[in-house]
Amino acid sequence: MSNLSTESFVIQEDQGSSLWQDAWIKLSKNRLALFGLAVLVSLIVISLLTPLIAPYGYEEQNLDMGATAPSLQHWLGTDIFGRDMLTRIMYGGRVSLMVGFIATAVALVIGILWGAIAGFYGGRLDAIMMRIVDVLYALPFMIFIILLMVVFGRNILLLFLAIGAVEWLTMARIVRSQVMSLRNQEFVEAAHSLGLSQWTIIRRHLIPNTLGPVIVYTTLTIPSVMLLEAFLSFLGLGIQPPESSWGLLINYGVETMEEFPWLLIFPGIALSLTLFALNFLGDGLRDALDPRTSKD
Amino acid sequence: MYRFALGRLLQAIPVLLMVITVTFFLVHSAPGGPFSADKAVPPEVIKALEEQYNLNQPVWKQYFSYLGDVVQGDFGPSFKYSGRTVNELIAAGLPITAELAFYAMLVALIVGISAGVAAAIRPNTLQDYLPMTGAMIGICMPSFLLGPLLVLVFGIYLDWLPVSGWGDLPGDKILPSITLGTGYAAYIARLSRGGMLEVLSQDYIRTARAKGLSERLIIVKHALRGGLIPVVAFLGPAFAGLLAGSFVVETIFQIPGLGRFYVQAAFNRDYTLILGMTIFLSTLIILFNLLSDMLAIWLNPKLRHEIEGAK
Amino acid sequence: MAILEVSGLKVYFHTRNGVVKAVDDVSFSVDSGETLAIVGESGSGKSVTCYSLLDLLPKPPARIEGGTALFNGRDLLTCTPAEMRQHRCNDIAIIFQDPMTSLNPYLTIGEQLIEPLIYHPDKNKIQTRTDAKIAAISLLDEVGIIDSQTRFDCYPHEFSGGMRQRVMIAMALITEPKLLICDEPTTALDVTIQAQILELIKKLQVTRNVAVIFISHDLGVVAGIADKVLVMCNGTVRETGDTDSIFYNTQNDYTKKLLSAIPEGAKTLPNRANTDETLVEVTDLKTYFKNQLNPSKDEDKRFVKAVDGISLSIARGEILGLVGESGSGKSTLGRTILQLAPTTEGSVKFSGEVLTGLTPNQLVPWRRKMQMIFQDPYASLNPRMTVFETLSEPLLYHGLANKNNIASHVRQLMDDVGLAQSQLRKYPHEFSGGQRQRIAIGRAIATKPEFIIADEPVSALDVTIQAQILDLILNLVEKHNLTMMFISHDLSVVRYISDRVVIMNKGVIVEQGDTEALWGSPQQAYTKDLLAAIPLADPKSERARISNR
Repeated sequence: MSNLSTESFVIQEDQGSSLWQDAWIKLSKNRLALFGLAVLVSLIVISLLTPLIAPYGYEEQNLDMGATAPSLQHWLGTDIFGRDMLTRIMYGGRVSLMVGFIATAVALVIGILWGAIAGFYGGRLDAIMMRIVDVLYALPFMIFIILLMVVFGRNILLLFLAIGAVEWLTMARIVRSQVMSLRNQEFVEAAHSLGLSQWTIIRRHLIPNTLGPVIVYTTLTIPSVMLLEAFLSFLGLGIQPPESSWGLLINYGVETMEEFPWLLIFPGIALSLTLFALNFLGDGLRDALDPRTSKD
Repeated sequence: MYRFALGRLLQAIPVLLMVITVTFFLVHSAPGGPFSADKAVPPEVIKALEEQYNLNQPVWKQYFSYLGDVVQGDFGPSFKYSGRTVNELIAAGLPITAELAFYAMLVALIVGISAGVAAAIRPNTLQDYLPMTGAMIGICMPSFLLGPLLVLVFGIYLDWLPVSGWGDLPGDKILPSITLGTGYAAYIARLSRGGMLEVLSQDYIRTARAKGLSERLIIVKHALRGGLIPVVAFLGPAFAGLLAGSFVVETIFQIPGLGRFYVQAAFNRDYTLILGMTIFLSTLIILFNLLSDMLAIWLNPKLRHEIEGAK
Repeated sequence: MAILEVSGLKVYFHTRNGVVKAVDDVSFSVDSGETLAIVGESGSGKSVTCYSLLDLLPKPPARIEGGTALFNGRDLLTCTPAEMRQHRCNDIAIIFQDPMTSLNPYLTIGEQLIEPLIYHPDKNKIQTRTDAKIAAISLLDEVGIIDSQTRFDCYPHEFSGGMRQRVMIAMALITEPKLLICDEPTTALDVTIQAQILELIKKLQVTRNVAVIFISHDLGVVAGIADKVLVMCNGTVRETGDTDSIFYNTQNDYTKKLLSAIPEGAKTLPNRANTDETLVEVTDLKTYFKNQLNPSKDEDKRFVKAVDGISLSIARGEILGLVGESGSGKSTLGRTILQLAPTTEGSVKFSGEVLTGLTPNQLVPWRRKMQMIFQDPYASLNPRMTVFETLSEPLLYHGLANKNNIASHVRQLMDDVGLAQSQLRKYPHEFSGGQRQRIAIGRAIATKPEFIIADEPVSALDVTIQAQILDLILNLVEKHNLTMMFISHDLSVVRYISDRVVIMNKGVIVEQGDTEALWGSPQQAYTKDLLAAIPLADPKSERARISNR
């Protein structure tokens, strides 16, 4: 048909712009989302480096000093045991973020698998799987988690599992609906008609197109999980001393808020700011990955 | 429509059964009985108490006898509050928590929907950015942070409003309701904004405009019904969340409602109280979910016709 | 006497990409009782022009940069919102393209009908609900809705597409406007319904003495009803004049291009069918789907019988046209033949081998030999794969090329379908609809198949692009000796391309035969109706046909 062996001249190929690149361009124009990203990155870095950069030891008490307002030696003040609040907040952040990421990861794995299988195979399998999701959705999870925490002790591992077990439901729903709508798209049909194997279709055609909503929802799940952990810790059912998380710190702060308001305010700001940043990042990602909004 | 409701109610029964069973066995599998955490109590006394409350029976027997009681509406006596039954305690706390949840929901719906609709009417202007930033703050400031802050500012510094009790002092219902409702107001604001924006970009809104209807009429009569669908869908989970949130709010504001009882019961290992309250709250949530599902269907003529049978 | 005079209209869209001159210096006029057709392809600015008259454009990006639009002397472009509401009610009405989405699904049609009357901005014209209801019901009768009393309280989803459009027309005319703008009102409708709606509009225009602006991309549709024609392209007016001059005597290049792009008449290329060899044989094929929405005990209603007993055969080298209106099952038939939809009963044979019942693995070698071109160029390509990846996938998967020679194979394909090789690394969203369809065609011919099913491959394209793609398809069929099944609802296109035609309705074959024979003397009533409803780009015969009804 044609001369396949030699090319007599090289054709200049234009560089295409993938949807990911477009999304990044859109995202970088959203200042709030960039702020969120910056906060997230800083938090992760600080949390990882905390043991190295915290001004004081975590356990370091100074009972003589007691609770003091913010000063040059203690930027965020000290608590009633004389422990430096900045250090406490940094360590607390480590725990809160860790819970956030790990529990989200649990929810992610279960949710994606569940949703993808239900969405891909459809039919009765899908009906059964989603029925289970619906039923679980209707249960008062908060109550169950509280029970679990009370009954089995306040085990941090259990905390991850319990929180993850709540969040995977919505992830499963999102993934399933995305997979189902993709399944009916003509390019998936085309892949079928080309004779590609199920696995190839999943790998090359379904997964890359599902990543968008998954990424958005993951980014939005992390703050939701952190809130849940803080809520439980506040009630005394989450992280237990000597570990502390922001929720626990807020709990302590409430107890003495009249005399030492900074013990409540600073952990509060830390938590709110983080949630703020992550939510804006998630919103920004959602807009950026939406093919309908233009990048220009 | 009624058959649909009946069908859903019937479907709810096995769910409820599962809730009861899971809760029951969870609670009973906790290490240590309800009395072992107490300060030193002589073993003979413990034994006597256990016999009194049937705790020395095999778990299966306990389960079925409990089930029998529950079906008759009897949740049994409280282990910790001696002399009072669970039914009594629930009846005492329910009206208070119900009122709190009601006011909070009111705050959430009124503030949330107005903010969301206002934002959607003039997108990307100040009328949009202000409420939505406020909403974001509301979402990111959990009730256990907002509550104490409000107490600090309005109760202690400014001394305008009372900070504890419910119904004892005038105005003591304000702060708790706001605290509980704010997070949901924020969420509802975002949902309504999203829903309204989606609807306002629909073709039939353009048709309504082309017919010469006023903007106000278009928004209220044409856009609102479709735009608030996400809010209606959210009502069920919102109710469940309000109940959970009441745990915190009642603790902070010293309100003698169900929430506070529940947390304490969990700590005290008051089996019957935990069980009774879990079942009761779960039933409420399931019922509420059913109601909001039915509302969603009723609002959509196409779905309504499908459920009622094709014409 | 002109009731509308537009001069020098300029509407620009200020996007972050730059300024898009949607309408650039457009002028025209409409006399009372006259029908003006505004014709153009997508992006020509025809809709934007009319929306600007009623202030229906989204104002942040859109801005009216100049010009006037005088309606009975008053400039529509500079009036206040209150005045505009008056205009919308009293003077100008508009009906839109998609009747499914243009009506509020949450309100009864009766409620939507009486709204202009009970909320009239002119205090003197406000009517009571009872009066308004009477007016609405009589208008429903006038537009042909039977049982109007009961239907008044029905919801939009209880009407079919054609009925909904009638309701829209009633809604537009209820305040007795002097000008009716119709924005592609029949594009989303089946061809027989389209003919009915066109007649209705013509009839109403005469009885109510309304001026009409009819927007369309289809010259055939407007041929019978327009008095004047305005041809637009890229925001500017290319030509304007009375209908006969435009259709029969145009000197304008663009208009000529538009007219020549319309498929007309019989297939010109010779029939290469080898009647001795049957490539595809369908026997008693049935494809039923479970009715998800309305599970009922009634046996008949439990299943959607998309394909209900079809037998046909396609000879090698033949192009078979499959025609049907929406819901006829033609797409499902195509998919079932290709084993992309499950067969309920019956069999499909390819080259003598039975395909029905084979497992996916057993089907793989057959898949190479039969391919499909899909309708929607926006959905048939994986948005996250470059052109190169899309085209190389089938070649690499079936072992027809390896890492070393894949590039040359793919470049050859690009040449075959008429795309520049420099575009290989681009993504689907960077191409136009026509170009995407070329890519899809390239993918279909990559494995050198013997049989291709084209499912409405040009329905989503502009008419000039449509012509190009049709020619491309015909060329490729010639060049690669392909057998093809061409599915479409557009009869003119089918006639242009097919040797034989099968007419399908409600899952069964109504009639089949050689194309010209069928066109010359259709036997079944359904076929006759279908053929009679085709709009031809010939004003004189169209007018005659409409007045004959």
